[in-house]
Amino acid sequence: MTDSDHPTMPLTSVTAMAAVADALRRIAPELDLDAVDRSAPLRDELDLDSMDVLSMITALSDHIGSPIAERDAAEMTSVDALVDYLVRRTA
Amino acid sequence: MGEFRMPSLGADMDRGTLLEWRVAPGDVVRRGDIVALVDTDKSEVEVEVFEDGTVAELLVEPGTEVPVGTPLARLDPTGPPSAAPPPAAPSHAPPAAAPAPAPAPETTATGPHAARTASPLVRHLAEVEGVDLAGLEPRDPSGLLHRDDIERAAATHRAPLASPPAEVEPPSGGRGPSASPYARRLAAEAGVDLAELRGTGPAGAVVARDVMPTAPPTAAVSDAPSARGGDKQASTRLAIARVMARSKREIPHFYLSSTIDLAAASRWLELENDRRPPEHRLLPASLLLRATALAAQQHPGINAWWIDDEVQLAGDVDLGVAISLRSGGVVTPSITDAAHRSLDDLMTSLRDLVQRARAGNVRSSELQGSITVTNLGDQGVDAVFGVINPPQVAIVGFGSIAERPVAHDGMLTVHPVLTCTLSADHRAVDGHLGSRFLRTLANLLQEPDALAADPDPGAGP
Repeated sequence: MTDSDHPTMPLTSVTAMAAVADALRRIAPELDLDAVDRSAPLRDELDLDSMDVLSMITALSDHIGSPIAERDAAEMTSVDALVDYLVRRTA
Repeated sequence: MGEFRMPSLGADMDRGTLLEWRVAPGDVVRRGDIVALVDTDKSEVEVEVFEDGTVAELLVEPGTEVPVGTPLARLDPTGPPSAAPPPAAPSHAPPAAAPAPAPAPETTATGPHAARTASPLVRHLAEVEGVDLAGLEPRDPSGLLHRDDIERAAATHRAPLASPPAEVEPPSGGRGPSASPYARRLAAEAGVDLAELRGTGPAGAVVARDVMPTAPPTAAVSDAPSARGGDKQASTRLAIARVMARSKREIPHFYLSSTIDLAAASRWLELENDRRPPEHRLLPASLLLRATALAAQQHPGINAWWIDDEVQLAGDVDLGVAISLRSGGVVTPSITDAAHRSLDDLMTSLRDLVQRARAGNVRSSELQGSITVTNLGDQGVDAVFGVINPPQVAIVGFGSIAERPVAHDGMLTVHPVLTCTLSADHRAVDGHLGSRFLRTLANLLQEPDALAADPDPGAGP
């Protein structure tokens, strides 16, 4: 995975949310994302473990075409934080 | 002419539903190939074949529930004669291929040694049933003893004189129905009245298979899809309940705990992950698994089964990993030969195992670990004291990695630490061995570079 493989497209909060939702659906197909509190801690709200979080970061890195650093990933503790990061990162 | 039979895929499995065939008549199969998908009470399992051959005939239709030991397919033993060796190393024996103390060839045993040719689960059943393996003639031409061999023997040698003298306490008012001890136990656990069952064993004795169909609420015959959703969860729960209750009833557990300084390991991991793309990053779990596998290899008495009133060393470390299912419940498939896998290999295996376990696709060779790890670190608990998965003799528990004040070089400082526990079977393991195991594990985690070095080649998978 390199930047040249996947040129980064700017994401809006709507398209970023769609990418997050897509990644989450693959990890936890039974989740009802509409019922999720987007500001709540991911691990608690969605019952994700560290393997799930790593899978999600991998999927989102793939989506934006550049790797999300682990220290950045550590700060993305809620759905809102993920969406904000993706928008900022691809702007 | 060989037969491929419904395998026993867990200590309490009596029947299984064939969900689908992955082979067709005429296909050439090698030992270790996945040939069928089988539904147990607990999960769907990809079942591997034990021998090379050509599929001659499929005997059972998908969707059919059959007792363990039922022939599912006929195999012509016409494996490619001098082709490449089977992909799995010989040590990766499938569950029924006796992990005996010595790595002896397991398919050709005759004479007194034939008696040992049974999986630990089958031997455990024999122990429960009071059957002497040495006196049994396996039906399987390969010489493997299966669960039904034990049940047949148990039923025949008990049934004729069954009820009055042999039984301890007839349920009520004198004579209880004739039943094998194992069937009695299953019935008691499931709350089933033996008198209401129709025995299908010799002389009408009630055997385990008569109890099982009524026990799990889901055992719908010939209707695999119905065993889904809520019913599936209920049967998963029941399967866990049986194994855990048996563990606590039979195994005298003792518990040790040790706080391990993870400063070096955490720093190493951080630097390593900084230069890796997300798909190649390592979780702390990979270091913990590798250290556990190596420590288990160094202390073989921990990596063992308790069967027939004695310790049987497992040899290879098949590292069971407790994986919680999102729908509730937990499964413990194992990473085979974990001591010979690199950190990256363990990480890949773990990711793959978690995905497959949650999708309900574990393989038969992964169902019988030699020691289990339960890692509740993500849930924020300090420590977990696990319940041993019989016939294993130990389970290692990891709590969360947290920053704590520690004394280091005579100074008070803050390091990431982890509480590691060992629950061990005191029939097989003593506190001294358990302590040495934990100390080895802690020491290994102080040397992350050594853990990251490629495992000694040659014996690797």
